[in-house]
Order: sequence, then structure tokens, then C-alpha cells
Amino acid sequence: MRKVYTRIESISGNVITVRAEGIKNGDLAVVNSVYGSSLANVIRLKHDQVSLQVFAGARGVSTGDEVRFLGKPMQVSFSDNLLGRIFDGSGRPRDNGPELKENMIDIGGPSVNPAKRIIPKNMIRTGIPMIDVFNSLVESQKLPIFSVSGEPYNPLLARIALQAEVDLIILGGIGLKYDDYLYFRETLEEGGAMSRTIFFVHTASDPTVEGLLVPDVSLAVAEQFALQGKKVLVLLTDMTNFADAMKEIAITMEQVPSNRGYPGDLYSQLASRYEKAVDFDEAGSVTILAVTTMPGDDVTHPVPDNTGYITEGQYYLKNGRIEPFGSLSRLKQQVNDKTRDDHRALMDGMIKLYASYKESLEKKSMGFRMSDWDKKLLSYGELFEEKMMDLSVNIPLEQALDLGWEILSQCFEKDETGLRSGLVNKHWPEDAAYGKDTADEK
Amino acid sequence: MDKAAGKVIGITGNMVTVEVDGTIAMNEVGYVIVGDTRLKSEIIRISGTTAELQVFEMTQGVSVGDSVEFTGEMLSVTLGPGLLGQVYDGLQNPLPELAEQCGFFLQRGIYLDALDGTKKWKFSPAVKKGDSVRVSDAVGTVKEGIFDHRIMVPFYLPEDEYTVSSITEEGSFTISETVCTISNTKGRTYDLSMSFEWPVKRAVKTYAERLKPDKPMITKVRLIDTLLPVARGGTYCIPGPFGAGKTVLQQITSRHAEVDIVIIAACGERAGEVVETLKEFPELTDPRTGKSLMERTIIICNTSSMPVAAREASVYTAVTLAEYYRQMGLHVLLLADSTSRWAQAMREMSGRLEEIPGEEAFPAYLESVIASFYERAGVVRLNDGSLGSVTIGGTVSPAGGNFEEPVTQATLKVVGAFHGLSRERSDARKYPAIHPLESWSKYEGVIEKPKVAYVTDLLFRGEEVNQMMKVVGEEGTSNEDYVIYLKSDFIDSVYLQQNSFDPVDGAVSIERQQYVFDRLFKIAASEFEVESKEDARHFFNQLRQLYIDWNGAAWDSDSFQEIEQSIEEKFKQKWISYDSHIKSLRTEA
Ligand SMILES: Nc1ncnc2c1ncn2[C@@H]1O[C@H](COP(=O)(O)OP(=O)(O)OP(=O)(O)O)[C@@H](O)[C@H]1O
Ligand SMILES: [Mg+2]
Repeated sequence: MRKVYTRIESISGNVITVRAEGIKNGDLAVVNSVYGSSLANVIRLKHDQVSLQVFAGARGVSTGDEVRFLGKPMQVSFSDNLLGRIFDGSGRPRDNGPELKENMIDIGGPSVNPAKRIIPKNMIRTGIPMIDVFNSLVESQKLPIFSVSGEPYNPLLARIALQAEVDLIILGGIGLKYDDYLYFRETLEEGGAMSRTIFFVHTASDPTVEGLLVPDVSLAVAEQFALQGKKVLVLLTDMTNFADAMKEIAITMEQVPSNRGYPGDLYSQLASRYEKAVDFDEAGSVTILAVTTMPGDDVTHPVPDNTGYITEGQYYLKNGRIEPFGSLSRLKQQVNDKTRDDHRALMDGMIKLYASYKESLEKKSMGFRMSDWDKKLLSYGELFEEKMMDLSVNIPLEQALDLGWEILSQCFEKDETGLRSGLVNKHWPEDAAYGKDTADEK
Repeated sequence: MDKAAGKVIGITGNMVTVEVDGTIAMNEVGYVIVGDTRLKSEIIRISGTTAELQVFEMTQGVSVGDSVEFTGEMLSVTLGPGLLGQVYDGLQNPLPELAEQCGFFLQRGIYLDALDGTKKWKFSPAVKKGDSVRVSDAVGTVKEGIFDHRIMVPFYLPEDEYTVSSITEEGSFTISETVCTISNTKGRTYDLSMSFEWPVKRAVKTYAERLKPDKPMITKVRLIDTLLPVARGGTYCIPGPFGAGKTVLQQITSRHAEVDIVIIAACGERAGEVVETLKEFPELTDPRTGKSLMERTIIICNTSSMPVAAREASVYTAVTLAEYYRQMGLHVLLLADSTSRWAQAMREMSGRLEEIPGEEAFPAYLESVIASFYERAGVVRLNDGSLGSVTIGGTVSPAGGNFEEPVTQATLKVVGAFHGLSRERSDARKYPAIHPLESWSKYEGVIEKPKVAYVTDLLFRGEEVNQMMKVVGEEGTSNEDYVIYLKSDFIDSVYLQQNSFDPVDGAVSIERQQYVFDRLFKIAASEFEVESKEDARHFFNQLRQLYIDWNGAAWDSDSFQEIEQSIEEKFKQKWISYDSHIKSLRTEA
């Protein structure tokens, strides 16, 4: 089977076609050209024509170059030796360490039987009120940060990674800027987390197609560690680059695009990666925190749009803050009934009021007179943004809840909060500016 | 019929092209043989001696030259006792059993029996030797949980008068043992067991007549039951952007809806959501029966990372099971989440077949396929006179949250009710985020129509005032208009919005809805004495506070009555008169 083919029939984009027999769908091959060797995998078979996508790109590949089929699909080595190491998208060392060849495992394996999953139940505390109070992060969640480029999404990712109590961090970089790569490395080193971290990094200067492998490689390794009982946190940044690489291949293969050039299976492709997030019955877990940059700050762009339909919420990063609108943790209700009795009600109540604040703000900007109620909302909104939303705030959940009540009591009377009287009476601060009001009467 | 065979000549994604030897039929099932694994597939196009098959599994490792065996049969499900409480994949593989056999991961090429062939069921005959029966008539029953599961003359037999030539006495049998023998008018005999197969893509039509859906299906969601009702045997859709609350709405409906059986088709969505249902339902008791909710539920789950072709099959599997239980005179609710994923699965295949794409690359036949799926809902009168129904509710996940897209539009053409979710409402945590003014229903509800119309009208006017205030400000709005706005906002917060996770507020019985709505209606139709906008706002805030507490008080509890008393007092403080146009209130005033 280790036959070498030296006649490439066609080259189009990053896809090459050779004539060969006995080749299996998905198999791996090595393409040797003057620019070095690259992995490629089989994406289409038609009689004896075999189409392969070349991970290092087909630029410079000539029709006389060698193609050698490896007779197996893409694999990655899995063992504790991975810890603290840095690899590229195809699993080759990027640090000066040795290449790992033992215990090779397949990537992109089958999905977990839903019957073997359990309902996630552990909150991951981050010290960020916009997360802990309003959209709690939960172990085994799959959740992207939706961001305009230029926002501090990578620092946010690193901060959560360091603060989260997990056994293992896997960083999957797709089209990662070199500076950001160095930033992650330094931050994790300083945070003392390097020895429990594995990097699979494809940088912006590497061939685009190679980035396609990063999520699969990272998640395959994560899955194995989770099966051994480990809590694994996988960081994927930036998944928009991943989708764009897929778009490139789809266009080369002349697939009918469904939306803005993206292939019709974008949803399924993204889902098969994100769905690797799992809390195993009687084993560990995989949590996925990703970054999805939104071209043109447009949430309806196919990449964020499809992602939002797949993931269990998203943090919407804008102007250096996690916006309450557009942000969502779908797993929050699994954990926020076990934290404190006021958590859920306060979470919804404060957001409802913040929505009203936004309306008043709009009225104000149009030059309307502000009613007493508008004024209350305005002072509330400002306090909320300053004390809760600012990313520099770093306090435990309980303190943040207390702070919430304090802000409410500084701005409103009890019955203006829309919260149930029982809760209000229990948590309303004693020395509140307002409060000796109707809610007590009953 | 001789079974055909073939060889793989091409592979793209989950589609294989096969050179066929023998006779094959459209939608026939074939197996692609890869080493010692058999991958289930379905014929989706035939041209000359080549056929295109969609493979219900990953096609990794398939190569040109691999052999293919055809079965001569269409994609089918097994029908019989034991379906309730099961968790199946889109091809009716029981997932818990699969987990026992294969562990954590789904393993391709493993197909298990849908029903336990060893379990014995206690069969009670319903016919005697010499009786005449028709297709779909019961020859006996078994107890399946709380239901009398009818053992029926198989749907696949031709329409005819059959005579019972033998029937066993009451006793215990497995699903494959013969319990009855019937013969047709030409004297041909058929042995009937308690189970049979039926092709999923064909609607079951063996009933006496199809009726108009005219009885409401109570969901216990106020906004739905009161303003946007769904009928038993009707169809409705829930389109909405991601995160707006489609799945949560279906989850609560699957718990509280007043129907006999619920079938959940998790089609191309998150596995985690299915797990919630899977783990919680066995623990929850159904207030109507006192048994666990799982006993009335079937889950068909083909989540987003499971093979795409099986996703397409899963909605058909689900609706076929629904029709089967309908034939027993039961009311079945099918909830499909999300029909867009099913449409996308069609789009993926259509792309691989290189068909001429329609809008957004969906195939041109999208509309007719969606229409014929929803057509499988309905209320029917069975041969024995009893009524059964299948109600279908499907979520739609429009790209970019924009309803002007092919799947939403095709669905809106055929359904009887539209519950459109709004991003603004979900952002503002106004759940359920169904837009009360843009949504519609063609069905009749339980609450008196004129009152509902009155309140709906008030909501419209309130929204108008709200919009106007954005232009002219509060100062440019009259006190009268301002009160209209406050009333509509009040109704929205205490009636349309509902706390799904609250033990009391989460499910509101129809009696309570009627009672509370009546009270609310009086507020809507009252004139109040307000001195200023500030005064009015304060008054409605207080009323709102009381109502929110009221919503959390159990139906016949003391605190329910106490709070009602407080509401009455608060109401009287500022009440002047009722709207004189309303006859029913004239006498009360
Ligand atoms: N009725 C509700 N009450 C309280 N919270 C809700 C309600 N509906 C939705 N939510 C919140 O919104 C989140 C998202 O809801 P849901 O998963 O139903 O959205 P969806 O419309 O199905 O989204 P997708 O299309 O991405 O599947 C929930 O996890 C929950 O936090
Ligand atoms: Mg959903």
C-alpha cells in the first residue's frame, strides 16, 4: 500500500487529484514538493480519481511531485508526554522537544452516545460578575466569545483559563497572531499553568488549510484525557478562521455555497467539533471556550450565526465589556439554583431593568424630558455598567449578588424592582436609600 | 423479489455512487460493506445502472470497489408494544442498549432491535373467531404502562374485509409470536404477531375519516392557551433566532401539554438538551396519571454531531410512531426541534447530487416536503368511532434570525399557528419570548373570544403609544394614552410573561388561566383615577407587584386568596368605572 504516485492530474486551490486504486475515504497522504512535505487527506473518490486537500497548501506543488498514501486516517499521539508541549496544527513539535509517535489515536472520531452523557452540574467560577451572576459558565459547556476584532478576547480567554479549576488546558490556535501565541505562552507560564497545558498552534503565517486540523486534534486529545477522568478545558481561537478555511476548500471543490460563500454543511461541520464538549457518565469532562470574531460586528454573519445555534450560549464582547444583551449561558439554570436563593431572580430582574435603562437612554438621546422613573433608570444603568460590567471587576459571586442588591436599593423603591416581595424583603440592604415602602405593608 | 447488489464507484461526503446489478427501488435500503462493518444507506437517485445512496453513517474508510447489498425494502420502523419510554436514534436504534454494547461512543454499523424480542406481554383478545376486521382494527390489547396498547391488523395489508380464523386466549407472548390469524375475501391467510414494520416516509391513512381540529390542546403556557392557542391535531411552528427560547418552550410543553403521548424529535440540535429530558423525565411525575413522564414519552434523537442523513430520517421515524399511537385512539404530540436542521440535511444531499439549487441553496422541492410532513398531523375518526390525533409543533432556526428565509416561509404556509420568538423580548428576559402581536393562530382557544380580542386590542394600542412616545416623548403623550401603555405593559409582565422554572408559575391550569384572565380583563376595561403619569406608574407598579406574588401562589392556597384580596383593595383605590361598551361588565358596575 505504501506506493508512491508521481503524477498529479490536477491542482486547483489546495486540492490535488491523482489516479490511484484501493484508496480509502479520509485516508492520509504525504505530498513532497520542493517546498517540503505536507500532509493531505482524501476528500473525494470517483473511480480511480482521488481528490486530496493539502494541508500546507498546494502553492508550489507541481504535477510531477510525489504523493505517498499512508493507508490510515489522520492521527495524533496521546500520552502524558504531551503536557507542557507545543505543537503545530498537524501535531509536529513547535518547541524543541522530540516528536511524539507512541499511542497514536484517530482524530474526528464518532460522537458520544447521548445516553452516556450526564447533566452538567458544576459551575466554573471566574470572578467576573457578568459571567458568574448573569451567565454562569458550567463545566462541559461549549461557549464562544463573540467579538469584534480588536477586543481583548484572548486576554479574557487566558484569564478564565487560569481562574478555572480544571486539570488540563488545551489551547488550539487557528490563524493565531504570533504575538497572541506568545502572550498565551507567557501568561500561562506566569500563572504556573504551563505544566498542565498543551498547545496545538496554527499561526496566521502558516498555510490556511493546516488550521483545519487544530480543532480535531485538540479535541481528540481532550476527549482521551476526559475518559481518564480529567477535567479538560479546551480553548479554540479563532473559530472564524477555521470556518474560512473550510469555505476555501468548499469553493475549490465547486460546492454550491449556501450563504455568503460558506458551504451548506457549515452548521454540521462546526457542530461536530463543538459537540465534543461533554460531561461523561463516570469519567471526566471537556469544556470548550472558543473565540468567534464577527466580521463587521455582524451577529447574523454565517459564522457567528451558525455557531450561536450550536453552542450553549455565548459571551458577547463589545467595547471591552461583556454585554448583557446578546450574551447567554444556556446551562446557567443547571447551577444557579444551587448558589443562593436570590441568584436567579436578581439575574433576570437586573437585566430587565437594564433593558428599560437602555430605552430611557434612547429617549434622552432624542432630547426628551426625563421623568422621575427615567432618572432612576439612568442612575441605575450607570452604576450597573461601572460596578458590574467593567471587566476589571474581580469578585466572588456572593459579593457580586450583594452588590446587585446594593445597586438596586440605591436607585429604586422595592416595588419598582419587579422582584417577588419575599426575596426583596430578605435581601434589601438595611440602610437603603429607598425601601420603607409598600412592599413591607402587606 | 431478487435482491440486487453493487459496487461503490465514487464517494463524496456521506454520498456514495454505486454501480448496481439487479432491480432497485427509490428509497430502498442498502448496506455498504466496509471490512466487516455494514453501513446502512438509502437510495436517493437512480440513473441507468448507477444509484446514489445517502449513507446514514460516517463514510471514513469506504473505498471504490467496496460491495453494496440491497434489501428490497424501504426505510422502516418497527411498531409494537414497548415503544413508550424508549430513546432511539433517527433509525430507531435504542441508544441505552447501544451504550451497553459499545460504551461511550456511537459505533457505526451496529443496528439493534428496536423492541425487546424476549419480553412477554399479556395479550387480551378483542375479537372472536369468525369476526370480521379491517386494516388497523384491534384484534386484542396489551397493557403498556397506563395505556391499552391495541394490537392492530397491520397497516400494510391491502384494504379488504378480513375474517378472524383463529385467535389465542388471553396469555403472555413475545412480540413476534403469532396471536391471531386472519384471512381475506380470497381465502389467503395472514399470521399476525404483536409487531410489524412500516415505511417511515409513507403516511398511515387507515382511518375512517379525517376531521377538523377544533379542540384546544392545553399547553399551560398562558400566552399560548389564551392568545395563540394550538388545536389537537393541529400544527404550529416556533421560529426564532438562536437562544430565543425555542427549545425551552418545547421542553415545558413536552412536560405539561394535556395529551396522552409526547414524541420528541431532537433533530440536529444539541445532545445536552436531550440528556436533560432523558435524565429528568423518569424522575418527574405526570400529574394526570401519577406515573413518570417517561412512560408517556418517546425520544428520537439525532443530534447535531450524529450522521446527517439519519437526521433527515429521524423526523419521519418520529411522525410514524405518532401515527401508530393515534391509531389506538390516543392524542399524540410530536415536537420537532429543529425542522431547519432537517431541511439543511436535505440541502446537503441535494448539493452532493448537484441538483439545481433554489433559494439559499435549498432544493426546489423544499416546500412540498415540508408541507407533506405537516400534513401528517390531524384528528381522525377510527373505524371503531374513537378519535385519535397527531399534533405537530416544529421549531425553525432561520439564518440570521430573519423569518424571510425559505424554511420559515414554507412552514408558515402550512401551519395553523405561528409562535414567532423575538430577539428583543428574549434579550429583555421577557419569557416565553413569543411576540404577542406578530404571532397568530387560526385555532379556537378556551377563553371567551370577545375578552381576548379586547385585551389583544389593548396590547396593540399600548404598543402604538409606546412607539409614539419614542417620537414625542412622555411629555407629549396624554395621561389617557399613557395609562393605555401602562395597562398593556402590566398585562405583558404579569400574564404574557411566565416564569417557566417556577414550580407554580411554570404550568398554569386552564381554570386558573380563565380565572386570572377574567380579573385582568376588568383591569384592562377600567378607567382609573390618576393625577399624573407618575401617580399612574406608581399604581401599576404596585398592582404588578401584587400580581407577580399572586402568580407564585398555589391555585387553592390561602395566600392565593389573601393576595387576591389585596389586589381587589388596590384596584378599588383608584377605580372609577368600567368601559361602557362591555355588556358583561355593565351589570357588575
Ligand atoms: N421560558 C424561559 N424562561 C427562562 N429562561 C428561558 C426561557 N426560555 C429560554 N430561556 C433562556 O434562554 C436560553 C436559550 O433558550 P433555548 O435553548 O430554548 O433557545 P433556542 O431558541 O432553542 O436556541 P437555539 O436555536 O440555539 O437552539 C435558555 O437556556 C434559558 O437560559
Ligand atoms: Mg434550541
